[in-house]
Amino acid sequence: MAVIADLLVQLVQMALVLLLAPLFTGVVRKVKARLLRRRGASVLQPYRDLFRLIRKEVVMAENASWLFRTAAYLIFATTWVAAALVPTFAVGLLFSWTADLIAIIALLGTARFFLALAGMDVGTSFGGIGSSREVMIASLAEPAMLLVVFTLALVAGSTQLSTMAAVLTAPEVGLRVSLGMALIALIMVAIAENARIPVDNPATHLELTMVHEAMVLEYSGRHLAMIEIAASLKLLLYVSLIACIFAPWGITAAGAPLRAYAAGAAIYLAKLAAGAVLLALFETAIAKMRVFRVPEFLGGALMLGLLGTLLLFVSRSF
Amino acid sequence: MTVTALLWCVAFLLALGGLAVGAARRRGASGMVYGGCLAACSVAFTVALDALLSGAPPAAATLPLGLPWLGAHFRVDALAAFFLVVINLGSGLACLYGIGYGRHESAPHRVLPFYPVFLAGMNLVVMADDAFAFLLSWEFMSLSSWALVMAHHREGDNARAGYIYLIMASFGTLALILAFGLLAGPDGGYAFAAMRGDAHRPALPLLVLILALLGAGSKAGLVPLHVWLPLAHPAAPSHVSALMSGVMTKVAVYGFVRIVFDLLGESSAWSSAIVLALGGATAVIGVLHALMQTDLKRLLAYSTVENIGIVFIGLGLSLAFLSNGMGLAAALAFTAALLQVFNHSLFKSLLFFGAGAVLTATGERDMERLGGLIHRLKLTSVAFLAGSLAISALPPLNGFVSEWLMFQAVLISPELPQWGLKIMIPAIGGLLALSAALSAACFVRAFGIIFLGRPRTPAAAEAREVDRFSLATMFAAAALCLLAGILPGLLIDGLTLPVLELTGSHMPPQAAMPWLSIAPIAEGRSSYNGLLVLLFIAGSASLGIVVIHRFASRALRRAPAWDCGFPDPRPATQYTGGSFAQPIRRVFGSVLFQAVERVDMPPPGDNRPASLQVTMRDLLWDGLYAPTGRLVMAAAERLNLFQFLTIRRYLSLVFGALVLLLLVLALWP
Repeated sequence: MAVIADLLVQLVQMALVLLLAPLFTGVVRKVKARLLRRRGASVLQPYRDLFRLIRKEVVMAENASWLFRTAAYLIFATTWVAAALVPTFAVGLLFSWTADLIAIIALLGTARFFLALAGMDVGTSFGGIGSSREVMIASLAEPAMLLVVFTLALVAGSTQLSTMAAVLTAPEVGLRVSLGMALIALIMVAIAENARIPVDNPATHLELTMVHEAMVLEYSGRHLAMIEIAASLKLLLYVSLIACIFAPWGITAAGAPLRAYAAGAAIYLAKLAAGAVLLALFETAIAKMRVFRVPEFLGGALMLGLLGTLLLFVSRSF
Repeated sequence: MTVTALLWCVAFLLALGGLAVGAARRRGASGMVYGGCLAACSVAFTVALDALLSGAPPAAATLPLGLPWLGAHFRVDALAAFFLVVINLGSGLACLYGIGYGRHESAPHRVLPFYPVFLAGMNLVVMADDAFAFLLSWEFMSLSSWALVMAHHREGDNARAGYIYLIMASFGTLALILAFGLLAGPDGGYAFAAMRGDAHRPALPLLVLILALLGAGSKAGLVPLHVWLPLAHPAAPSHVSALMSGVMTKVAVYGFVRIVFDLLGESSAWSSAIVLALGGATAVIGVLHALMQTDLKRLLAYSTVENIGIVFIGLGLSLAFLSNGMGLAAALAFTAALLQVFNHSLFKSLLFFGAGAVLTATGERDMERLGGLIHRLKLTSVAFLAGSLAISALPPLNGFVSEWLMFQAVLISPELPQWGLKIMIPAIGGLLALSAALSAACFVRAFGIIFLGRPRTPAAAEAREVDRFSLATMFAAAALCLLAGILPGLLIDGLTLPVLELTGSHMPPQAAMPWLSIAPIAEGRSSYNGLLVLLFIAGSASLGIVVIHRFASRALRRAPAWDCGFPDPRPATQYTGGSFAQPIRRVFGSVLFQAVERVDMPPPGDNRPASLQVTMRDLLWDGLYAPTGRLVMAAAERLNLFQFLTIRRYLSLVFGALVLLLLVLALWP
């Protein structure tokens, strides 16, 4: 019985992240537009975009290979699996032990590997520039992320997200300098990984500074829909991750009554809304930086992560 | 029984080498030699696997060879059995590949006699149980591989590569001789059994460790002793490159483990700090060099340097835990290191086979002259992609498992009492993550430039798929990479005995875990399940495909590339290997390579083409090797005077030397 309940929670979670991901992107866009005194498209616009894309015909470059078509589905699948393993409204997901936080990050690495390859498949200069910059950013973001994981694992004694969330809700953990540093570093990494301002601009085309959009330039139709939903999923994953680790209040424990799950889901939605507003505020308040300033930005995240870890080595109570 | 069977395999290989001297130029000789080697490797693999898994007590044998008062001792314990498995699996794959690849060999008489001897040498090193047999087999291995490096000695830089290899190999052996001398002590107990029991003088262990690092590390490719490796490994024929990179470096790792973990038998925080620092530096410097290469085989050789660094990080962690009596943690780190050894031998062989296939199909090793091969070498590209994913430590393939275990070992480091190590190990963990991310960048670049995009030369445009033996080998290696990635629990359980032998404890048995997942310490702490990850990815990808094909439009039209409206038909406008690496070169290379970019942009009205010049320096070569070389030359120049003296002066020199020696003897306390 318990297994069936866990499985159900897991399946609901998988469906939930998939359904919520475009909405989250839509909300961020809407809030950003309002902050810029524009009216902005409806929050449902990303869904409409996706439906329009999958109904359209695919225009593929003449020399695109099988990898180009396969990669779109693989990127979607790996990102979805990774997003489904991050606790959103409830811990105790049936398959949470399949992959710990390190493995989830590595799964996103697999998705990025294919995305970067897809960018190079047609052999255009824009694809190359995107892939080349993406791997440069990743090569700095991944170590920073790993150091954040180290900090968290030292506090929680585990790299398992469910355990982490449970430990960090405990009152004795409290406010810590090291966790604060980890939070800032994680936010910086999340911004870089999701191609948000100031690292990359998700709303741009025809600009020499673009990274993510340059890689997916040749995609169209249903393949582009897969890539778009994967990007939304990744953004939702990072926001859920931050919420699960740094704001784990209200997350439902395993085996709770149905009402508790409903409350957990409502609290999760509230956290997402807060995340969307904060992200939009941050993005409106800051200007995009040059590509070669990005290493400094991520170097800062790296140093914060390392400092957080070292503080914990000095004393476990920091 | 085990040792006898293995020695017979070695004897068979040596005889095959002897036969090949006469028969190498005949038709069909190459198939015979590689087939024979394959048979010997299969037998040796089976015997070694049985020894590894059965848990039988170490088998030993003594042959009346070598030093008359010593004899040649051979022994196969669990550690040796594990490395024999790695060696013979890698060698077997290389032999199978060689059956197809060897047909294109222009100078078979320079390859065929040495190839079986090289295999025999590697097996003998691992079986040796006394210093003399070990060093003799070690030199056997070095010299036969040197002969293989020199197989095409008139091509390009190969002669220089062989020369540098020879010097570094001699240097390494010298360090090993000294290390064994110190271990044997003044009584000359050269059998390993005697060394294990010996009580050491206090100043000794660190010196032995450093000598082992110099000796085995120079063969394995530890920075700063790696300079020969990226020259020599690519110079050999591709299946031999696979052997040298995938297998011979593992024999060097074995040498280090044997000396430091087994014979020396004690470790200190200091020694682990040295190994960790060298491992971390090797990993990052190796992969950054790999990112800057345009020669595919040289890129792979530098990536070997990186992976050796990762292995040494694992070994260093294990030493750190051992010196503090943390057996379980040491077992975890040691398992991670051995797993990395096994995994690297698989995917590096696979990638070198792929490089050989590209070389056969196009005659090119320079990635700037390739491109678009995914359309021409359909199957090779699949196998190469699998190898690239595995080496980039991406789930669900095998490279990720060993790195994941290493991260888990790093996370135990706060329990260490030493402050230095406590602060150092998270930084090493950061370096490990950095090298993994850079390795992914490196292989996106390698696969992307070579296999994707548009062909840059006619050779690449007219490439033909390679023979069936080569393809079968590559797919076998790729399948093993996938299997090792989704069933890591079985591998970890298989490593129980060698780990127990050297660290005194082992990881909890993994086969009992539900759903074949692995949990190094406790399930609540961390766990990973490669099989389920693969199934989930496959499941959600199929779900996505089914939904899309059910509800979405199926229309597909081929059109010219979009490229923001400005597509250029010339393949030269694509990104190249050099331009792909430019951002990373700018971030990391300005210090490490002293990379300088000079842009020459002619003013308007001037018809000169614009140019971009990049200069990079290898600081290690310029700062360490070139001055040493100059010093040796200068010394030789001075000593050269002694060659042209008269007989009278020689006699007086001899007399003077005699007097001096007698004086020393007289004054010696």
